[in-house]
Amino acid sequence: MTHALELRGVHKSFGTTRILQDVSLTVREGERHAIIGPNGAGKSTLFNLISGRYEVSSGRILLQNEDITNLRPYEINRRGLARSFQVTNLFHNLSVFENIRCGLLWPAGGRYAFWRRVGGLAEVKRRAEEVMERIGLARRRDVPAGNLAYAEQRALEIGITVAGGARVILLDEPTSGMSRTETAQAVEMVRSITQDRTLVMVEHDMGVVFGLADRVSVLVYGEVLATGTPEEIRANPAVQEAYLGTLHKEAANA
Amino acid sequence: MKRLLLWGGTALLFVAAPYLFPGGFALTMLTQMGTFIIFCLSYNMLLGQGGMLSFGHAVYSGLGAYIAVHALNLIGKGSLHLPVALLPLVGGLAGLAFGVLFGYVTTRRAGTTFALISLGIGEMVFACALMFPGFFGGEAGISTNRVVGSPFLGVSFGPPLQVYYLVAAWCILSMAAMFALTQTPLGRMANAVRDNPERAEFVGYNTQHVRFLQLALSAFFAGVSGGLSCINFEIVTAENVSAIRSGGVLLAAFIGGVSHFFGPILGGIVFIFFVVALSGYTKAWLLYLGLFFVLMVLYAPGGIASLVLMQLPVIRAGRWSELAVPFLVAALAAAVALAGLVGLVEMVYRLSEPGASTALQVLGVAFEARTAPPWFAFAAVLAVGLAALRAAARRAGARWDAIQLGLRSGQA
Amino acid sequence: MEFLLVQTLNGISYGLLLFMLSSGLTLVFSLMGVLNFAHASFYMLGAYFAYQISTRIGFWPALVAAPLLVGAFGMLVERFGLRKVHPHGHVAELLFTFGLAYLIDEAVHLVWGRQAVPYRVPAELDGPLFQILGSQYPIYRGFMMLVSVAMLVSIWLALTRTRVGLVIQAALTHPQTVEALGHNVPRVFMLVFGGGAALAGLAGVIGGNAFVTDPGMAAAVGPIIFVIVVVGGMGSLAGAFVASLLIGCMQTFAVSLDWSLGGIGIAQAAPVLPYLLMVLLLIFRPKGLMGTREG
Repeated sequence: MTHALELRGVHKSFGTTRILQDVSLTVREGERHAIIGPNGAGKSTLFNLISGRYEVSSGRILLQNEDITNLRPYEINRRGLARSFQVTNLFHNLSVFENIRCGLLWPAGGRYAFWRRVGGLAEVKRRAEEVMERIGLARRRDVPAGNLAYAEQRALEIGITVAGGARVILLDEPTSGMSRTETAQAVEMVRSITQDRTLVMVEHDMGVVFGLADRVSVLVYGEVLATGTPEEIRANPAVQEAYLGTLHKEAANA
Repeated sequence: MKRLLLWGGTALLFVAAPYLFPGGFALTMLTQMGTFIIFCLSYNMLLGQGGMLSFGHAVYSGLGAYIAVHALNLIGKGSLHLPVALLPLVGGLAGLAFGVLFGYVTTRRAGTTFALISLGIGEMVFACALMFPGFFGGEAGISTNRVVGSPFLGVSFGPPLQVYYLVAAWCILSMAAMFALTQTPLGRMANAVRDNPERAEFVGYNTQHVRFLQLALSAFFAGVSGGLSCINFEIVTAENVSAIRSGGVLLAAFIGGVSHFFGPILGGIVFIFFVVALSGYTKAWLLYLGLFFVLMVLYAPGGIASLVLMQLPVIRAGRWSELAVPFLVAALAAAVALAGLVGLVEMVYRLSEPGASTALQVLGVAFEARTAPPWFAFAAVLAVGLAALRAAARRAGARWDAIQLGLRSGQA
Repeated sequence: MEFLLVQTLNGISYGLLLFMLSSGLTLVFSLMGVLNFAHASFYMLGAYFAYQISTRIGFWPALVAAPLLVGAFGMLVERFGLRKVHPHGHVAELLFTFGLAYLIDEAVHLVWGRQAVPYRVPAELDGPLFQILGSQYPIYRGFMMLVSVAMLVSIWLALTRTRVGLVIQAALTHPQTVEALGHNVPRVFMLVFGGGAALAGLAGVIGGNAFVTDPGMAAAVGPIIFVIVVVGGMGSLAGAFVASLLIGCMQTFAVSLDWSLGGIGIAQAAPVLPYLLMVLLLIFRPKGLMGTREG
């Protein structure tokens, strides 16, 4: 069976410091998979390895059965994987509309063309406006990204990520720094915008995890402690021990 | 529609310019401005649009000029059949070729490293220009004659007016082409790479490739400007590829403003005016230009274009009259300070340059640079001017802030 | 054989001078993130100040006073110029120092004129140091090496053994933390920048009379220093050391050899060699010899 994303025995060390140890994971097609774990567990590093920001020390990463280990970020993106960043990583001088357009220019066939106007690519314009609508930033179309409010920037961050139509979406703490209302809105937006795609997300907010995820993996000290449905994870004694009751408290509020 | 009017108006201005500013001296300046504008705009494709600071851009315009001058000499001998009007295209293609060659190496790094590498390549080419006299003509350079072949419809490019219109035509065409480029996928992604090269990689773009293409295209237009320079001056020397010329285009583009498309156009005009007009009056013009540049970096990094655009919302709100007086006072204070500075600088120059006369005259008052009183006088003028400027700037700044606050609350 | 020895010694002394310059540049870059385009101009100022002081008072006072003057000037530049531009980013900082280099060059031009000034090696240091197989090695070259090494050793000691040095090292990566601990980080930056300027000035004092002191000297040595920094790897002192000696020896040998290739003598091609080295390195090893930090 072809998994959307598969990690086999991935190790990562920076010098002598071991960050990730023998991480094996499978994400099924169309699944919503959450990766949780205490701070410093290596979740963001995992994303960086999958998306090509860092190189693995050993192991393999497969995207729809194709080996993408250690490929450059743009090569991985062109094969259908897109990621967002925990620390907002936008094109700060470009407008909201232009940010999203950049996100979908390559898959829309823009390439490095310098012989035709980008405004003439009607399909590009339509899709960008559609994404802008869905992330709720249509009213802020011409505002430079650097001038947006924090929550709007987070929404744009996700918008750029999904605009290109990648089949596998990685969201790194999409709701970090958001209030309760903002989080609820963000969750709804993420749910609708990743409807028929595979979603992998790193999250700290257990409410989000339990509301959105089909399956959850727990990462502790660079190792995968357990994988299962949210209920299975909640009931898992090893996980409970690692979190010391955090899960219970937050899940009760979900 | 507004855009069409703007471009049409600009074209009209180019056509009418020699009649608006008559005289041989003005024509020389206009022709140089036209060539330099293309060069500055090509430079801004790198800096303002691509985020690439280059200290060696004269390499592409200079090598384009060298290839063009050899081509022109071949045309003169009859070995090459090409209308002189199309010579800038030869320069452009040469620039493109070198852009591809050097760009492959230089765009492997970004940021400060790229800047240093561009400096190194520039120095390398300049050193080569003195090492290979066969191609580069050594110290004397390569000279040529632009009046070759049979005149086409009476146009031989002998008279300077005809050269001006050739330059103007190429300038309009190049401006339009470079503007159109900013509207293409490549142009847009160049902006994205400038703002956040890492994110550009994660949306599927090879950042190095974007930079490489942007550099190659920029080198093409630099080469066009080199070809025009070759026609205008009928000589190409090592100075065309020198660090001085690379520094000049950087200064000009920055002074004009790199964040807006038309900024370098303004910068090119101001720079040529400075160089051509001021250099006739004082030997220290480079010092003044450098000082102007440093002050702009410190106080107006957006350039003249930004300064102008900043006034627009205030003008639209009808409140600019409130700024007129504070600005005028500040300008007067600046003029006083400048007078003091110029006095001191000119005296220093007279003292250090062997054979220069040390007797000076200002407003009918004669004085001797070797004595102490004029030094005290000018220093005092400078000090007073600076103090007044400080107070006036503070006043103008406060008025500006108040207006901005008013505008914002009016909007909200 | 003796030719080899003498030229190697010359190459090393030139390389050490280059290292004095490139180390100051690298230190400022590592610690403040700003590449000081005007670094070679500080070198030139050191030479000119030393010339003025040595003709009025003497060489030995100049050796101490000139670098201090340049250092003070550097601190003023940081305090009133660089600090202002810092919030606008690295490009603006680089442009500021570029404009500053321009200004200093023109000012020197203006004050001292276009010709070279007769800044001479002092009589007590003028003469042969020792004999190698029939050739004489000048005292002054030996003096240059001595000063270079002494200065670099004391800087290394200052950075690693003193409290100020530790603060500087900490402020490199965590300026806010260091400031929160009560250290005056802006003052530290001013001292570092001034120190870098003083180092360049000192190089000017000892190099200006060994070579030539004219308004073009900054533009002549500046690009070489930048090539060294790129070749050695941005931010790496060890890389700058290796690259300095490499290029110093390369230049010295090239100018004194008689070989030629395709009609071009190697002595003629000497100015181009460092840049060729840079291009080759860029193609095969873009990070530089020991690169640690992207510009």
